[in-house]
Amino acid sequence: MAEFAAGGDGAAAAGGRGAKKAKLNQAEPEVPDFGAESDGEEEDVSKGPSMIVQFTSMEGEGKGPQIDIPLGSTVEQMEQVVNKLLGNAEDMPYCFYIGDTEITDSLGGTVQELGTSTENVLTVLYQPLAIFRVRPVTRCTDTMPGHTEAVLHVSYSPDGSQLASGGGDMTVRFWDVNTCTPRFTCRGHKHHVLCTAWSPDGKRFASADRKGEIRLWDPATGQPIGSPLVSHKQWVTSLSWEPMHKNAACERLASSSKDGLVKVWNVRTGRCLVTLSGHADSVECVKWGGEGLLYSASRDRNIMVWSMDGEGRKFGILVRTLAGHGHRVNTLALSCEYVLRTGPFGHKPVTFATPEEAQAAALARYQEAKGTDPERLVSGSDDFTLFLWNPVEDKKPLARLTGHQQAVNHIAFSPDGRRFASASFDKKVKVWDGRTGKFLATLTGHVGAVYQVAWSADSRLLVSASKDSTVKLWEMISLKRAKATLPGHADEVYALDWSPNGQQLASGSKDRTIKIWKN
Amino acid sequence: MPQHEYMELHKKRHGERLDRAEKRRKKEAREVHKRSEFAQKVHGLRAKLYHNKRFKEKATMRKTIAMHQERGNKHANDDAVPDGAVPAYLLDREGVSRAKVLSNTVKQKRKEKAGKWDVPIPKVKPVADDEMFKVLKSGQRRNKAWKRMVTKVTFVGDGFTRKAPKYERFIRPSGLRMKKAHVTHPELKATFHLDIIGVKKNPSSPLYTQLGVITKGTVIEVNVSDLGLVTTSGKVVWGKYAQVTNNPELDGTINAVLLV
Repeated sequence: MAEFAAGGDGAAAAGGRGAKKAKLNQAEPEVPDFGAESDGEEEDVSKGPSMIVQFTSMEGEGKGPQIDIPLGSTVEQMEQVVNKLLGNAEDMPYCFYIGDTEITDSLGGTVQELGTSTENVLTVLYQPLAIFRVRPVTRCTDTMPGHTEAVLHVSYSPDGSQLASGGGDMTVRFWDVNTCTPRFTCRGHKHHVLCTAWSPDGKRFASADRKGEIRLWDPATGQPIGSPLVSHKQWVTSLSWEPMHKNAACERLASSSKDGLVKVWNVRTGRCLVTLSGHADSVECVKWGGEGLLYSASRDRNIMVWSMDGEGRKFGILVRTLAGHGHRVNTLALSCEYVLRTGPFGHKPVTFATPEEAQAAALARYQEAKGTDPERLVSGSDDFTLFLWNPVEDKKPLARLTGHQQAVNHIAFSPDGRRFASASFDKKVKVWDGRTGKFLATLTGHVGAVYQVAWSADSRLLVSASKDSTVKLWEMISLKRAKATLPGHADEVYALDWSPNGQQLASGSKDRTIKIWKN
Repeated sequence: MPQHEYMELHKKRHGERLDRAEKRRKKEAREVHKRSEFAQKVHGLRAKLYHNKRFKEKATMRKTIAMHQERGNKHANDDAVPDGAVPAYLLDREGVSRAKVLSNTVKQKRKEKAGKWDVPIPKVKPVADDEMFKVLKSGQRRNKAWKRMVTKVTFVGDGFTRKAPKYERFIRPSGLRMKKAHVTHPELKATFHLDIIGVKKNPSSPLYTQLGVITKGTVIEVNVSDLGLVTTSGKVVWGKYAQVTNNPELDGTINAVLLV
């Protein structure tokens, strides 16, 4: 009896397998070339052990039928399958995940690593990568002297066509990106220019100094726009513009200051729209999110979320307070920050006839980048930890990320939102998974505190600026050691920015120069 | 001596004279003249004591006045922008040492080759052999005089073992050996207690350099890895040169200034 039952089970299992095979056979017309492509050596692979796989997008939507693919399939081969399945006219690069784990070389390797059963149907998540590639920067093409004191902030305009810097010599300078020569020197500030910000349409440039003054400049002429915005009692720590997709005019700017206040300005009228006073201590960072929320991180250990959507009295009300850090919060990063910063400008050069057109483009880009995930926020603190939040819905953290051994100074999300990197005074950069906050890698190599990190537009490269006077370039596929070290500065590197079109990298240093790095 | 507060009690019971305030004002106004008269007249020990007391009073007075004036004081550079601009993320961070990157390995190598340094103490008095060394008598009859004892501070490396007495011409007394120096960074205006790595050059004689004798003006190499200096290529500098500025054998300590 027992023997018979076992045989029956076996038959049933075989039948089940057969049924799936049959289903695959039915599906085959939809993937006509798969068999044909795997000729020659790959034929041997397909004869080896195989597995039934369901390709699913990151949103959890199954694409195509379940397919029997060999365990030896590499990422490139799976890319081909997915491109066929989705019917892409142009081949797109993809990355694949089983659960949280990224498939690095072959399907079989990751399956073995995870110990997943090869009997079940395996769900493989796929995510498109940037279709363009940014070439790694390797050499210093230009050293731009001009500032007579340390360079404290450099930033490229959203379309990457202009470069601006603020320095300890109280000037804001605009530089020509192509010839690497100075264009305008803007005087007016009465103290060190601490932070700068481009409006997402690239038509205004805001700079703030240590006296608490904010000045607006016209990047096309180098002339000031309006009178300075004076209200902060102490120095301004950070500036953030309203995202383009919310407001085509790009005229609202948030500033945070050491005096514990966050102010929202209308730069066209020069009026302070609202003063957000809730923090008990210096506000270290402010970010204007894509969902109509403003996030401010303070030295009083809290992150506050303010609503920026309402009118009149509803404008700037406190939505929730994110508490969890045990020490001052230094920095914030948003999952869609890159898109918010670049606004309507993508990797291809575009021009827009009207602001509304640009706004529509910005909205499309934002929605594409955001997908169906809610906006995520990462905060870094002096208590050596990072917190991952879902601030739109919840005041509880998604994850608490430990590992750094000193204060976390800067965090940057990769443009595709898949990863984020944190720079710390413990001389390390750590890379984390952007969705779950899972620890991915530690980048060691700097011999001084790491001050800033920046991603390339295709999310494949990362640069970090350090106190040890070097900039290091890291590649996401091999995180063991730096791909390149960019020496040249004679002193600490304070500022770093990778141009959004990926052509060049600018670093500003205490040695008063800005260096341009290219491939 | 008055017993109890009878004056106050009387004031409370009967009040004060109507011209009391005026009389007091006049008395106070005359007081300075009276004091001056006394100060000029007094002599001897009494004068000494009085002037001593008066000096203290005046010092206190000056301090009080200065404290009251503090807020209204005009400073020469109220509007001047301080040097050393740092980004917002480094403002308000205490304990962050602002050591500059000053080392340039290539430059230092070149200097080494030339054997010359641009040093804070360019010229030193040469130390003669008879000042440097004390002759020791040896041999059974104490009639041999080929041994020398160094009378100055020396640096002796970790791995040093003394030779057999027969072969040991120079004795470096362990009481005069030093391993650490107080090194001043001229731009940071800060002094650090650093390990000595070696004696680079004793200007008096190459023999002294070889023996590790440290006198005023000697260039020593010190371990600066704690200062966090880095080269332009991003490597930690650990050895830098410093010049001794004092007479270590007299002071019992080595003071030096970093050559940058």
